[in-house]
Amino acid sequence: MVDMTSSAPAAETAPPRKASLPYLGKAGDFALAMIVPGLLLLLWYVATTQRWTRLIPTPAETAEYMVDFAFGGIYDDAFSATLHIHLLASMSRVYGGFLLAAAVALPLGLLIGRIPLARKTLDPFFQLMRPIPVTAWLPLSMILFGLGAKSAFSLVFLGAFYPILLNTIFGVKNVDPKLFEAASMLGCRGNAQFFRVVLPAALPSIFTGLRLGLGLAWFVIVVGEMTGVPQGLGAVIMDGRTLSRTELVICGMIVIGIVGYLSDRIVMMIGNHLLRWSPTHHG
Amino acid sequence: MAETDTLSAPLPIIDIKNVSKTFWLGEQKIEALSGANLQIRKGEFICLIGASGCGKSTLLRIMAGFEQPTSGEALMWGKPITEPGPSRGMVFQDYALFPWLTVRNNIAFGPKSQGRSTGEVKEICDRFIEMVGLQKFANAYPHQLSGGMRQRVAIARVLANDAELVLMDEPFGALDAMTRERLQDELLDIWERTKLTVVFVTHAIEEAIFLADRVVVMSPGPGRIDSDNHLTLPRPRDVASPEFNEIRRDLSGRLHSHHAKKAA
Ligand SMILES: Nc1ncnc2c1ncn2[C@@H]1O[C@H](COP(=O)(O)OP(=O)(O)OP(=O)(O)O)[C@@H](O)[C@H]1O
Ligand SMILES: [Mg+2]
Repeated sequence: MVDMTSSAPAAETAPPRKASLPYLGKAGDFALAMIVPGLLLLLWYVATTQRWTRLIPTPAETAEYMVDFAFGGIYDDAFSATLHIHLLASMSRVYGGFLLAAAVALPLGLLIGRIPLARKTLDPFFQLMRPIPVTAWLPLSMILFGLGAKSAFSLVFLGAFYPILLNTIFGVKNVDPKLFEAASMLGCRGNAQFFRVVLPAALPSIFTGLRLGLGLAWFVIVVGEMTGVPQGLGAVIMDGRTLSRTELVICGMIVIGIVGYLSDRIVMMIGNHLLRWSPTHHG
Repeated sequence: MAETDTLSAPLPIIDIKNVSKTFWLGEQKIEALSGANLQIRKGEFICLIGASGCGKSTLLRIMAGFEQPTSGEALMWGKPITEPGPSRGMVFQDYALFPWLTVRNNIAFGPKSQGRSTGEVKEICDRFIEMVGLQKFANAYPHQLSGGMRQRVAIARVLANDAELVLMDEPFGALDAMTRERLQDELLDIWERTKLTVVFVTHAIEEAIFLADRVVVMSPGPGRIDSDNHLTLPRPRDVASPEFNEIRRDLSGRLHSHHAKKAA
């Protein structure tokens, strides 16, 4: 973000650095962030090489499996070089379900937040359905959609739906009333206020909802894909367990972690750009 | 009755006729205004002062069209004020800027709502950004500005909308003394150049005397207009002068007599 606040003379070109703890630069931040994962990796390494447990493979073995899983050429079994297939399957369900959830929850949230009649009709229903955890829908969705991709897709949809809906309603309902007065005295009244006041004012909440929704979508996909779909990262993890191939389970988990993280970062970056006006929105 | 009035004297820009306003807080009835009468002529600078809760904001909001009188009439150029509109601009104490718009786009909000062309909007924005001295901050967002700058944007925003009447509800109340003095000077300067009509609510007697042509004192319980004081001190006014002090003593006497009555 450009620092507009400093009306300092032009000679002071460098923006003032945040006076935080001892400043170590980006490399320092990275090093700090790596301490805990590093320790865990060490623990894993020691635990497996010292034979504290034989149930899980060593980090080196897991890394080797990961390479094989991604590119093949080492073990050449049924899972070699199939990472992209599973990843693509999971991603299409996650983003498909998420986009569908957003497409339904956003307009619905705007409606419930803005129109009292819609709120009175729909809000009680959604409040009643909300306490049911997504995973509790699994058996029903298996009955309705069978064992397979549709079932996973519908779970992702449900998982992402509520955070988007609730945060959109919250954002729309909590627009500062002064802003409506300001807009109407400036000649922007009635429905015109929807796009020029309500939507931008609700954007931070809507964005929080989308981010939570996408996070939950990644969360739910694994459960959804354990229901007997042939492809997907959840399926890989489940297969790994049935075949007693722990390295496969761990590889699947690592891939989900990394992809989920990157996906969240991308959403954050978009949000930081769109919400650069908001003092309370921090990446 | 109104007919004969309007024939004999030029039409006032604002005519508050016997306006009362009651609010209900549950079962409790609150008489925010009771039988207020006030005429404002074009180009006047009016300050409203009075104890907290005596209905200053309520009166201002009725003039703006945010509230309707419970009884009586609020007229602008002889026509009832039924809703907020661009001819009456409000400057709020807490600015009420659109946080998602830059300084330039906050100022452009009104002209755009009026359907002006892009070229006109740009020209208007440039003019008013310059008027309030925010050229360097044209592309900053409100949260990146100081309180004084935000209030300048809020003033520019209503001026850019061609408001004839500017309603200000303790606009400088949240600012430090130095910034407040500077903005008072700037406001007077703008007022003199543009021939605006200003209604300015304040808690500070000194501020009222420094700014106003007329200081209207309101009293609480129920809120009503107590006295209307025309000030003829030449401008720029010297807050240290004996004349200034005399007016201040007089007005604070009026204000405090109500406090005493209310407490009794
Ligand atoms: N929307 C409302 N609902 C209920 N009561 C209200 C409302 N607005 C104002 N009042 C009441 O009307 C009275 C006058 O309020 P108003 O805000 O006009 O006072 P004020 O003179 O502006 O006070 P202050 O100097 O503290 O800003 C107060 O008793 C207040 O509680
Ligand atoms: Mg007030």
